[in-house]
Amino acid sequence: MTDLVTADGVPSAREADGAKPVRRSRRMTGPQVVGHARATAAVCQAAGCLSAQSDKVFEEITAQLVADGVTDVAVKRVGCLGLCAAGPLVEVPETGELFRQVSLDDVSELVSALKSAKPVETKPVLEPFFSRQRRVVLENCGKVDPENIDDYLSRKGYRGLVRAVTELTPQQVIDEIAKSGLRGRGGAGYPTGLKWSTVAKQPGSEKYVVCNADEGDPGAFMDRSVLESDPYRVLEGMAIAAYAVGASHGYVYCRAEYPLAVQRLKAAIHRAEKAGYLGEAIAESTFNFTVELRLGAGAFVCGEETALIASIQGGRGTPVPRPPFPAASGLRGKPTLINNVESFASVPVILRDGGEAYAEVGVGKSRGTKVFALAGRIVNGGLIEVPLGIKLRDVIFDIGGGVPDGRKFKAVQTGGPSGGCIPEELLDMSVDYESLLAAGSFMGSGGMIVMDDTSCMVDVARYFMDFCREESCGKCVPCRVGTTELHMMLTKITEGRATLADLKQLESVAAMVRDTSLCGLGQGAPNPVFSTLRYFRDEYLAHIVDHVCPAGVCALSGGESVA
Amino acid sequence: MLRLGHRPDALIEVLHTVQQSFGYLDDDALRYVSTSLHVPLSKAYGVATFYSLFTLKPQGEHTCVVCTGTACHIKGSTTILNRIRSRFGIGPKQTTADNQISLLTARCLGACSIAPAVVYDGEAKGKQAPADVIARLEEW
Repeated sequence: MTDLVTADGVPSAREADGAKPVRRSRRMTGPQVVGHARATAAVCQAAGCLSAQSDKVFEEITAQLVADGVTDVAVKRVGCLGLCAAGPLVEVPETGELFRQVSLDDVSELVSALKSAKPVETKPVLEPFFSRQRRVVLENCGKVDPENIDDYLSRKGYRGLVRAVTELTPQQVIDEIAKSGLRGRGGAGYPTGLKWSTVAKQPGSEKYVVCNADEGDPGAFMDRSVLESDPYRVLEGMAIAAYAVGASHGYVYCRAEYPLAVQRLKAAIHRAEKAGYLGEAIAESTFNFTVELRLGAGAFVCGEETALIASIQGGRGTPVPRPPFPAASGLRGKPTLINNVESFASVPVILRDGGEAYAEVGVGKSRGTKVFALAGRIVNGGLIEVPLGIKLRDVIFDIGGGVPDGRKFKAVQTGGPSGGCIPEELLDMSVDYESLLAAGSFMGSGGMIVMDDTSCMVDVARYFMDFCREESCGKCVPCRVGTTELHMMLTKITEGRATLADLKQLESVAAMVRDTSLCGLGQGAPNPVFSTLRYFRDEYLAHIVDHVCPAGVCALSGGESVA
Repeated sequence: MLRLGHRPDALIEVLHTVQQSFGYLDDDALRYVSTSLHVPLSKAYGVATFYSLFTLKPQGEHTCVVCTGTACHIKGSTTILNRIRSRFGIGPKQTTADNQISLLTARCLGACSIAPAVVYDGEAKGKQAPADVIARLEEW
């Protein structure tokens, strides 16, 4: 997409909206370390911390260490350290210390701490944000330099792929995935092993593997963090999948809104090819696999698999009815395997350590771990990975640290625009596919937005309906007209002009849109309405009958109007 | 375009490149792209208008993108947009009369833990209070 080539021969990504190229000066390396580094300053270079100038912090630490002639302290760029709300973050793995909100003025203090840092045998006991997590997909996030393939290799990278192509048959690889119980991490939870075996069984030699990196849910940034922090893991997972299903070409379809992820993916594809982990004769076997990157252009519906295929082929992202499923007839009419970023990122560890080991964690039919993005009214906002089956309360109050400013927890929204709001009385539920569905929500890709008593639930439902209305591709009537109608009804309620008859109509139109829409966007669009009606009906009634907005958000009570 | 091999399925990539070079997609650019890639002009236009990142209108000197993702929404991105409207008289997808500032919104930048997020000329900033945003825009 651009002919700019940086010093090391890797095409540089440009800002998606076309305004300015991403600043990518010649890559500065850390200070020269003589022998073994006594301490390392791992500086987070993921999007959250970068927006708080963590790149400058990296350069400043390096400059000061060089100026002081320190030769036994290393400085390293790493991916997401997790606690994004407290960025820029700098971790010293040898001592287990984590420095938060490091501004340029704090660097001299940090450098003097680094000079006297002594590696410790037993790491200090971490706060629950870290200790309650279980990192599998994120095991390298914040540990490896996302642009350095050797770093990935030194942390057991590519062992899963090498094992697959040298020791196992494609069927054995699929069996291993089936044993792990891995289910689609994009939200729907379709068993990954089953999907792979469906594609593998299709006749023909031309098949495709597609990685869905079109993370469109507002409030979700798991895939972004994985791509920015550990891109080789995703490529390894795709290569294993290609070997299992018999594909030799793959695509990563990434949102253009994530310029840094695009840049790191490009660099990773380039380096993996050079190192022989992509391309021809991978790991000296007869297996060939190439990957191409495709950019989205800002359409939420392209996360739907048939729309995604249309978009990869350069067309408008409109879905088509299924069946035929992409597994039988997808990209260019050929069998196509589509998984999302987190699913592919889970694969290498399953092949490396075995499916049974992966399946040890989890509950019921939900095995393994899931990455969530915690945001909203929460103290420890950031990226977390927890075993499935953990209690929702533990996620929000132990790991997340609860609601700030002494406010009262009201609801947590999961599953993006197709999900729902879970109220306080259900906080003791287990976090897994089935329980979330039973509670009227949805696993979704993993965004969790916490709301306190300053959020109006009708306004939240209206917000998501506005989103679906704008993102509807317009192909089928129930979604195109239905979401517009629902949005108008919800607006009427938030403006205090609705009657109880409108509420009744809202429910019946919502059910119609859910039951008759063509794809997941329309079918899921009424979900926020249903879940808020189920748990927060009193707020709807307050708007309609009493003409007040209990949270003071909606215009009828004099709050800022949502234009 | 050469690098992408004039393949019709490279339409979106090519449109990205054109927009990066010229700032927006005008009629001439769309005509040129459709001829080069051997796709009907209607398809090029259809794609350019379907995806929200493509714009057919020239942008102002500076662009300000306000994230309206869920986390930013509940942390006050609407207030930011309202303040910008009352101070500069522009709403989303509009440009000030002096062609200095174009205001855009993003569905979600994925910077949710530092909400509300605003991007000034490609530089993302987190935890922006309405006053910060206005002050920054007034510098332009």
